Amino acid sequence: MRRPFKTLYEQDIRFWRQPSARWWYGLLLIALCAIPLISGEFYVGELAGLFIFAIAGVGLMLLTGYTGLVSLGHSAFLGIGAYTEAILLARGVPFYITLPASALVTGFAGVAIGIPTLRMSGLYLAIATLSFGSIVGTVLQKWETVTGGFDGLPVKAPYLFGVKLDGPEGVYYMSLLVLLFVIWLALNVLRSPLGRAFVAIRDSEVSAQSMGINLALYKTISFGLSAAITGLAGGLFAHYVRHLAPDAFDVLLSIQLVTIVFVGGLGSLHGAIFGAMFMRLLPQSIALIRDDLPNWLGRMPGLEPSIFGLILVLCIMYEPMGINGRWMKVKAYFKNFPMHKASAFRRQKSYAKSERLR
Amino acid sequence: MDDAARLLQLVVNGAASGCIYGLIAFGFVLIYKATEMVNFAQGDIMMLGAFVAYSFIHQFGLNYWVGFGLAILVTALFGFLLDAIVLRRVIGQPQFAVVMLTLGLAFIFRAGAGLAWTYDSVGFNTPFTNKTVNLGGLVLGQDNVSILVGTLVLCGVLYLFFSRTRLGVAMQAASQNQLAAYYMGIPVRRIFSLIWAISAGVAAVAAVLLAPVSMIDVNMGFLGIKAFAAAVLGGFGSIPGAVIGGVIVGVVEQLSGYFLPPGFQDVTSNIVLLAVLILRPEGLFGKTIRKRV
Repeated sequence: MRRPFKTLYEQDIRFWRQPSARWWYGLLLIALCAIPLISGEFYVGELAGLFIFAIAGVGLMLLTGYTGLVSLGHSAFLGIGAYTEAILLARGVPFYITLPASALVTGFAGVAIGIPTLRMSGLYLAIATLSFGSIVGTVLQKWETVTGGFDGLPVKAPYLFGVKLDGPEGVYYMSLLVLLFVIWLALNVLRSPLGRAFVAIRDSEVSAQSMGINLALYKTISFGLSAAITGLAGGLFAHYVRHLAPDAFDVLLSIQLVTIVFVGGLGSLHGAIFGAMFMRLLPQSIALIRDDLPNWLGRMPGLEPSIFGLILVLCIMYEPMGINGRWMKVKAYFKNFPMHKASAFRRQKSYAKSERLR
Repeated sequence: MDDAARLLQLVVNGAASGCIYGLIAFGFVLIYKATEMVNFAQGDIMMLGAFVAYSFIHQFGLNYWVGFGLAILVTALFGFLLDAIVLRRVIGQPQFAVVMLTLGLAFIFRAGAGLAWTYDSVGFNTPFTNKTVNLGGLVLGQDNVSILVGTLVLCGVLYLFFSRTRLGVAMQAASQNQLAAYYMGIPVRRIFSLIWAISAGVAAVAAVLLAPVSMIDVNMGFLGIKAFAAAVLGGFGSIPGAVIGGVIVGVVEQLSGYFLPPGFQDVTSNIVLLAVLILRPEGLFGKTIRKRV
């Protein structure tokens, strides 16, 4: 892997890794701002969905990729954020309050599930968050006086300073703005002592603790922050779908969110974006090729989830670093073009690591 | 009297569905103890077992018991190959990678079953369907009783297998200490694949026992989520604990459906699971184990 030779501490915590990155990301931003002017409504809507999943992916990446805590219940946070947004808007609260409020409410929900699960790690945490997710999903279905039950909940169009932000373009620009904010926030968190503590906890809880990191505090912060960001995504998701149905926030959505993080590449914000691209573009590309496939395959109802499953399996078996890892390898190949070494990315061979003492 | 009989019936029904959770949890625990992997696809292996049994018994018209045996064998073979071909390659990767891997496999199994069989709900006739047994005035469905008896017999057989046979003892040794087992000449890798085979076979037994009570469809694997509650309640490292935990979860679920407002029954197992994890993370039968640095 290409590791820049760092000689200064400032180099390590700089916001832009390389000065040239500024220009590339600036160009990308200009292109993204221009897309709704030249492209059809459908693609703008799809891209808005991609941004929303990227926001949720960044939120989950902070928790799973950087703090090493796995959550199979993030659909619950997305749902709490979405319903908070819809309910507050229906009560006549202005939009510039509802969106931060949905982040805040979800953040508190994250802290609430974070505190009791502090002592758990790995597997137990995954199971606990899985059941938290399905409890919240059931509550969204059954608490009919507030959530409307199976009839769902219509979401009012948001107004910002008198401008109606409706339709795909409104959601597009809102999501883009929030995504930029979230990435900026995550980058800054990661170069602050807070983010350093997260990474230390991920790499080894025991050594983090012996360096004076308060595990309980930082894990709770990580949960709350991750949930709040996912709640923001949920608030935008409410405007994206415009009519909330409780069965959208089920276990499968949680698995999709974790797949974003895994297939994108654990431990990198690029990975969250790549994963969201994968997650949103795959159904579209399947829909495109579906008609060309043989009939028994093209008409198969479970085609999409099975391809998700297959890619997830292949990714874990052959490319545990995800899309981002593959991208780094391709980049490194061209960077040292004639001098490419096959062993440069060889995984360190490890044997079954026991997580228990016996 | 009427109320007491009703309660007792609920308890039996709960215990029967709890046995199914327990048998799925048994599969989790067996694999977890040996390989420290958690098989989130266990419920879906059960679903495959159910479809295989459906093929043998309904489509090929075989005798119930013959079909039962063949379904166990085929599913066990499937479990063996699954470990030998896929899971063995991810040994040494972080535990959560395996969780995601099995979740991905579960998606594939569901789609594969839908493709190979059907997406509709199916069922087959068993000797226990729609019959009742009268135990001293208490009328119970034979289907539920057959689940209870079948679970007891299976547990007995597996207990004898693990404590009395060479292979069973070798399996215990391999799960206690891989390296030492290697030094003793135990083929650990093949043993692990056999352990996967056994837990797939147990899942098939659960599936066939469940058949008179519930329809077979591709989504029946979501029972696996309830089985987690059973495994956690039992301590996630204790095989009898898993079965007993399953029975407790099943009974609590039935009783909460009776006493609490509707809607609570669906989340009972989840609430039990969270409560156990928060209050007593080592489960009812587990031992506290510290993590190695």
